[in-house]
Amino acid sequence: MSESTQVTAATTPEPAPAKKGKVPLSEGKRAERRLGLWLIAPAAIVMIAVTGYPILYSIWLSLERYDLHFPDQQKFIGLANYGAVLSNGYWWTAYGVTMFITIVSVIIELVLGMVLALIMHRTLVGRGLVRTVTLIPYGIVTVVAAFSWYFAWNTDSGYLVGSESAPLTSTWPSIFIIILAEVWKTTPFMALLLMAGLALVPEDLLKAASMDGANAWQRFTKVMVPVMKPAILVALLFRTLDAFRIFDNIYVLTTGQNDTSSVSMQTYNNLLKGLNLGIGSTMAVLIFISVAIIAFIFIKVFGTSAPGSDDGGKR
Amino acid sequence: MAEIVLDKITKRYPDGALAVSEVDLQIADGEFIILVGPSGCGKSTTLNMIAGLEDISEGELRIDGQRVNEKAPKDRDIAMVFQSYALYPHMSVRENMAFPLRLAKVDDATVQAKVNEAAEILDLVAHLDRKPGNLSGGQRQRVAMGRAIVRSPKAFLMDEPLSNLDAKLRVQMRTSVSKLQKQLGTTTVYVTHDQTEAMTLGDRVVVLRGGLVQQVGSPQFLYEQPANLFVAGFIGSPAMNFLPGTLENGALNTPLGTVTLSDRIRRLAEAANAPRELIAGIRPEHFEDAKLVEGKPGGSFTATVDVLESMGSDKYAYFTVEGETATTAELDELAADAGSTDVPASGSSIVTRLAASSGAVAGQPLDLWYDSDKIQLFDPASGKNLTYTE
Ligand SMILES: Nc1ncnc2c1ncn2[C@@H]1O[C@H](COP(=O)(O)OP(=O)(O)OP(=O)(O)O)[C@@H](O)[C@H]1O
Ligand SMILES: [Mg+2]
Repeated sequence: MSESTQVTAATTPEPAPAKKGKVPLSEGKRAERRLGLWLIAPAAIVMIAVTGYPILYSIWLSLERYDLHFPDQQKFIGLANYGAVLSNGYWWTAYGVTMFITIVSVIIELVLGMVLALIMHRTLVGRGLVRTVTLIPYGIVTVVAAFSWYFAWNTDSGYLVGSESAPLTSTWPSIFIIILAEVWKTTPFMALLLMAGLALVPEDLLKAASMDGANAWQRFTKVMVPVMKPAILVALLFRTLDAFRIFDNIYVLTTGQNDTSSVSMQTYNNLLKGLNLGIGSTMAVLIFISVAIIAFIFIKVFGTSAPGSDDGGKR
Repeated sequence: MAEIVLDKITKRYPDGALAVSEVDLQIADGEFIILVGPSGCGKSTTLNMIAGLEDISEGELRIDGQRVNEKAPKDRDIAMVFQSYALYPHMSVRENMAFPLRLAKVDDATVQAKVNEAAEILDLVAHLDRKPGNLSGGQRQRVAMGRAIVRSPKAFLMDEPLSNLDAKLRVQMRTSVSKLQKQLGTTTVYVTHDQTEAMTLGDRVVVLRGGLVQQVGSPQFLYEQPANLFVAGFIGSPAMNFLPGTLENGALNTPLGTVTLSDRIRRLAEAANAPRELIAGIRPEHFEDAKLVEGKPGGSFTATVDVLESMGSDKYAYFTVEGETATTAELDELAADAGSTDVPASGSSIVTRLAASSGAVAGQPLDLWYDSDKIQLFDPASGKNLTYTE
């Protein structure tokens, strides 16, 4: 709805006729809305400056041939970079690895996080201690944690491997170690989000379910999970988006060797190592699009309530 | 359908709180029994122990003669209606009501038939496919009832099922609950702290105080023969009037003056070894405008009407009588429960129910009569009713 017509309507004494069946806003509502726009303006401007500009700039770069090794060959080439990336085997391998790590680690995190959340929710004695202990991995800087996993699995120093084997030098063992590091690190976060959801399940509802004849598992699957579904979906959304952009664990553990590179690693390699701004930006834009699609699926298909929307999830 | 027996049931919470103490109760098959008492007296705890939602610390609970202390709620075949209704928000009304049947693995056709039958009884047919969140309070309440009745359990337990409804709806639902219970003939334990519900609904009422059973009996019996001060003050609305009194040679001396007790009461008091100092209780309806009473034995006094409420069929007149007030632990607790501790007592306030033809006028003095045969005498130390007869 256009702001200008509203402002002129405000000066006329009679209420503006409703267009296209829209109920005309009252004077107070309109003033409130104007005030609201003014109040968010500074934040919106900062947001646009720090996120909008880089996004637009990378989209622009992705449409150019721009390799810093050959700066004089810079040229607008349309979608050619996209063609190059999307027909590249390395990109698709990285994409597959990223998807695999994302899906497997998020599923494991969900299951473990739920178990932890239930334990934390039910613990009566030493609740504070239990919660603190569970949250330790999440409090450790990712790179530090990644290095400790690296040293644990490294052939020379590793206390988790024998001196013969070298899991970090072959693809699948590496990927599972990466997943392990991810899961270890972010399960507490998942548990925390899920615990907030558990608190939303009224005690009476579970009592009613016991009276209705449900055993513990049925109470969990038929009452608890459906009621806390909005919280579960939000947790999944956050973790999926996060996991899809996985970088530091891979960087430290394998530096992307042996086909363990993620899309973020690929982007980093092209952009900052290869100094190919065109291709790098193209990859960044593709990640952006993938993330947007994931978010879209979660919100539209699963009915996740986007953080900040007032309605508590579609029912 | 079942007989439920509570045999010296005690509940001690892990934090040491003694919520229910040695409750003995025999609930007959098909009986509608009410647990009533002020907040925190252990009503919900008792109900939850019958349901199996709380462990029983001591004593034995028997359903149809079988000990069920160790049985899980789902194996007791009892349905419960919660104050919050506890409807599953993600299920439609139909699914909510079908839930217990589905868990019991009842076949589809039977489930549909039973749900439809319950919906018919509870007038929910038009709402079967709606979500609980979109229903009114009364409708939600009926869904909760529906979920309880579909599987024809041995007993219903209801924890203040009507207290979230507005006054008018509560009266309506009270009648429907009563009718429904009569129709189904299912043993029902109903918790309330509303003494009107207690009086109107149940076959028998159990008055609890601080986890102890004070008295069990039919509503009328509890009203006429309260076992102690607490029950006397709790049952009845407006409440019984209490006055400090002294008993001398068969005459009772209270701030209302001296009255000769009837032979019946005198004999009862003697038999109970009544102390000299005691508390006299008189129900509001045992007062009358002195002009309308002729020749009946009783006491009389004159006081100024503070407030007059005309109910149409009769009039409530409020007075303040100078002098000492009756105070005991029981009465203080009752006052606290009624939220009337803030009244600065410069004297006892008295509520009377007078005939509509009374000429009482607010602010004017009025001659009043009270029935000396209906006075109840209580021991201030133990709270026991000295005029109690089985
Ligand atoms: N989980 C608990 N742990 C410890 N004490 C409890 C617990 N639940 C209840 N109590 C105590 O037990 C006593 C009885 O509680 P209960 O809930 O049975 O009261 P009630 O009669 O249902 O009161 P209300 O009318 O307010 O619902 C109270 O003194 C309460 O503080
Ligand atoms: Mg209660």
